[in-house]
Amino acid sequence: MDGDGGGARGGGGIGARVRRKEDARHLAGRGQFTSDIRIAGMRDVAFLRSPVAHARVVSRRAPAGADLLFLDDLTGVGEIVTRSSIPGYKLSSWPVMARDRVRYVGEIVAMAVAADRAAAEDLAERAEVEFEPLPPIASCAAGRAEGAALLHPEWGDNLFLHSRFDSGIEAVAATAPVKVELDITCARQVMHPMEGKGVVAWWDHRAGMLVVQTSTQVPHLIRSGLAEVLGIPQAMVRVAAPDVGGGFGYKCLLQPEEICVAWLALTRKAAFRWIEDRREHLVAGANARQHHYTLTAYANEQGRLLGLDAQVEVDTGAYSVWPFTAVLEAAQAGGNLPGPYDFRAYRAEVFSVATNKPPFAPYRGVARPGVCFAIELTIDAIARAVGREACDVRAENLVPGSAMPYVNVTNKHYDSGDYPASLATVREQIGLDAFRAGPARDEKGRYLGIGFATYTEQSAHNTKVFAAWGLPLVPGYDQAQVKLTPDGALEVRAGIHTIGQGLETTLAQIAHSMTGVPFENIRVTLGDTATTPYSTGAYASRGIVMSGGAVSRAGEVLAGRIKAIAAHLLQTEAEQIEFRDGRIHAGAASLDYADVGRAWYLRPEQLPEDVNTAGLEVTEGYKPATDNGVFSYASHAAKIAVDPETGIVEILDYVIAEDCGRMVNPMIVEGQTYGGAAQGVGTALFEESPYDEQGQPLASTLIDYILPGPTEIPAFRISHSETLSPHTAHGIKGVGEGGAIAPPAAIVNAINDALSGLGVRITQIPATPERIRAAIAEAQA
Amino acid sequence: MKPAAFDYARAATIPEALAALRDGARPLAGGQSLGPMLNLRLARPGKLVDIKRAEGMRAVALSATSARLGAALTHAEIEDGRIEDVTRGLLPHVARGIAYRAVRNRGTLGGSLCHADPAADWVTTMAGLGATMIARGPAGERAIAAEAFMLGAFTHALAEDEMLAAVEIPRLSPAARWGYAKINRKTGEFAMAIGMAVLDGPLARVVAGAVEGPPALLPRAAAALLAGETPDLDAELAERLPHLPPPERKLRAVALRRALAMLSEAR
Ligand SMILES: Cc1cc2nc3c(=O)[nH]c(=O)nc-3n(C[C@H](O)[C@H](O)[C@H](O)COP(=O)(O)OP(=O)(O)OC[C@H]3O[C@@H](n4cnc5c(N)ncnc54)[C@H](O)[C@@H]3O)c2cc1C
Repeated sequence: MDGDGGGARGGGGIGARVRRKEDARHLAGRGQFTSDIRIAGMRDVAFLRSPVAHARVVSRRAPAGADLLFLDDLTGVGEIVTRSSIPGYKLSSWPVMARDRVRYVGEIVAMAVAADRAAAEDLAERAEVEFEPLPPIASCAAGRAEGAALLHPEWGDNLFLHSRFDSGIEAVAATAPVKVELDITCARQVMHPMEGKGVVAWWDHRAGMLVVQTSTQVPHLIRSGLAEVLGIPQAMVRVAAPDVGGGFGYKCLLQPEEICVAWLALTRKAAFRWIEDRREHLVAGANARQHHYTLTAYANEQGRLLGLDAQVEVDTGAYSVWPFTAVLEAAQAGGNLPGPYDFRAYRAEVFSVATNKPPFAPYRGVARPGVCFAIELTIDAIARAVGREACDVRAENLVPGSAMPYVNVTNKHYDSGDYPASLATVREQIGLDAFRAGPARDEKGRYLGIGFATYTEQSAHNTKVFAAWGLPLVPGYDQAQVKLTPDGALEVRAGIHTIGQGLETTLAQIAHSMTGVPFENIRVTLGDTATTPYSTGAYASRGIVMSGGAVSRAGEVLAGRIKAIAAHLLQTEAEQIEFRDGRIHAGAASLDYADVGRAWYLRPEQLPEDVNTAGLEVTEGYKPATDNGVFSYASHAAKIAVDPETGIVEILDYVIAEDCGRMVNPMIVEGQTYGGAAQGVGTALFEESPYDEQGQPLASTLIDYILPGPTEIPAFRISHSETLSPHTAHGIKGVGEGGAIAPPAAIVNAINDALSGLGVRITQIPATPERIRAAIAEAQA
Repeated sequence: MKPAAFDYARAATIPEALAALRDGARPLAGGQSLGPMLNLRLARPGKLVDIKRAEGMRAVALSATSARLGAALTHAEIEDGRIEDVTRGLLPHVARGIAYRAVRNRGTLGGSLCHADPAADWVTTMAGLGATMIARGPAGERAIAAEAFMLGAFTHALAEDEMLAAVEIPRLSPAARWGYAKINRKTGEFAMAIGMAVLDGPLARVVAGAVEGPPALLPRAAAALLAGETPDLDAELAERLPHLPPPERKLRAVALRRALAMLSEAR
């Protein structure tokens, strides 16, 4: 495959399976993460966190002389208030430390500062805080109950938002011959990037600036947010992200800890840091995924889905996160539930319920693992109701390739692709037909099953979509800068950040395709508000489309300028110039990029009269031709074995057929897919952060919160197709989130397929051994 | 998650370690259970005495009837066969199923037994083998039968001034057969249920492990094995483990059946 801009071929261009530039340092243990940063005189921060879920703070006292701060000590600091333009949305005001109430276990009550973390923890223990308990709201049901205690008394209820969508469903409901009802539950999860959150902040006396190095996906947004809450000009703040060991959405939010540590640096003009530990991560941060669905689906006798009536509850936690609000999840749940299916009658009511739990954060796939689980279980339930093979029913309900582009019932613009073809691929690869002809149990007595799931992944959706979700910060043009150095290398700068997804490599590949500068001579700098042009950052599977598009445009412009100078040096016309094999050619003559760099920077007497005075440095902005997003998609198929005595599930085979448009680097697409799918296996079978009725988290260490390990992750088999997007540079679509979306649906459909003879229906994730054993016992009772 | 401050001393000999215990120190072996408890501040000893390198703590003494293993030998050393195995493969088999290699490299036999987690593997294994715990205290050595060592979840029979010095493991005969079935959610996790059976000539032992308290010996099942009959596991488990809800008991029965099935497998 080749680049289609500057004419560069192969090498490290678009489509090449090149190794990642970032791997050398990571494999050698030489990456620099937040906790690797050492600043002279740096002091450590530890937070005292609430031990109770809901209480009034009656009194608080620090021992005399202790460097232990409460909210009132943080002069000039505002609260985290995330506005939304959605009608009916209720604002929460989240103080960076408890004001008069605590609303979840883990909410910050006090900040202790000491020479090291252990001493800071010693100090935090010495705070004297008295709580007067309030009734805790530990579930959506409790939050919506008549007379429930209120988290935010001024609201009058516990709903951030009650949103509705209705295309009209009565006619279908009255006439459809087949009706299935499902009650579906997804557990609360915690994201668990390998590296937790962390922040180091200091005062740069020379620049007169607050410098914040923070483990974030969105440095430019964090700068805006920090400046707003601290009440200082944005130009006084520099936010940079060092190496980030995974973000998954948790790190696209402004955290109270970030604000507290930045405040210390700002007011004390010294260096401070906080490094999240695994327990804080589990108890106080990164909560996600907890949905509850009550669904009624209508179909005809062949299993053709005619209509869907849904009630969705999102257990949103106590406060709205900044900037993605407390209702992004609800908007995506209601909007994406119809999935890749072709039907026209849809009604959804979504309740975003405030509960005494940590704030809900957008986690890889945002709402879509839940909605995919819900709709895919529904498709299988319909298939059972009409007595047909679920894979056939699924195929007939998918939007066909011939219908593209297709606008679905919730106004999602599916731009290109062939969804049934991806399903047919995984059906073939998992060997469904042979499996159906074979035994239902293996030699160990385990029940065998195959399950499918197909989804779309909206990626790089932009201005209008985010504006419609009411977000306070709406993405627009992403910018990137390219610059030829005097010795002919290329520097690429973009404000997005790489958090493991390999942008230092893929942006270089695009730059190489556009300019012909050898891949190994391209250096990508990201994620620093002082040195990179503005980007809202890495989220919503947007990086490669948005920043990639910006690098492409900037590269294209730079290529023109290089050609103009090269043509002059070679005494030919710019049209005759060709980039090939890392050099600049015109017929038999050729130049090195260094010749052009040297001419511009060092030997200006060689330049043409009419040379572009902006030089060899270009900043360009880009957004796709549509704001509606471009839709990657995939089908997953899982073959599993269930041990009926223990309830343990083994994944025997797992195949994925994905299409994310033009792949800039297939190896990175596969890496993203493996990683996402591994997290999906966690969602399907292992991960759960339960709370008791008092709002106490029951999983506060990794003994209780089980993550899948290498032996639980199957060797995913991935196949690709490339249907280009008509709307984006190079036809690229995003792919960062997709892998995580389908595994819960495919795996649980497979479990239900395996246990169908026993009459077992699992509709809750994770499908733990206990749940499976209980379901079998119940079916047999 | 940083521990509260503590003093640390390394004992060169067992008497030195015992002296430290008298001063209120807590023994530190591999730190694989104590470390997390320190970090979570669930344990706040003012003083730790590191016993791993105390003389004799890593010794192995073999006799015709038993092997005496120093309490500070690691799971990995047992797994790798660096210690002669007198159990016809049982100990390495169990060791391999404990945690992950990194934990096995540090975690010790004695530390695991003294931590007395009901779901831990050595606790059940030693009860199933009829091993003997060798305690050392100010008055010298004392032997404690394995099944009497664990008193309840996270409590054991040692006195405050005693430590576990070694474990004496009976040698199995060439004709011996064993089964050990650990049911757990994923590689490296603690057990949801353990079933173990040993059959060696006139000796038979059947144990249910990971039962929220000390492992439960099932003498009737053992007698049935010797008589060549099928044991009524459900009835005996109901008697021995009334505190467990029926589905939990059922899972122990599954583990035991799998262990019994292993008795007839060729090894
Ligand atoms: C991730 C993980 C997974 C695990 N999975 C399993 C598993 O599947 N199965 C399993 O069995 N275990 C498992 N463990 C526990 C592991 O086996 C530990 O190594 C073991 O429980 C403790 O041994 P240690 O040598 O590290 O003891 P330490 O942690 O040093 O000590 C444990 C306790 O015993 C005391 N102690 C230690 N040695 C002596 C002694 N000689 N005399 C008196 N008191 C003593 C200490 O004071 C402390 O109270 C797991 C641990 C981890 C971290």
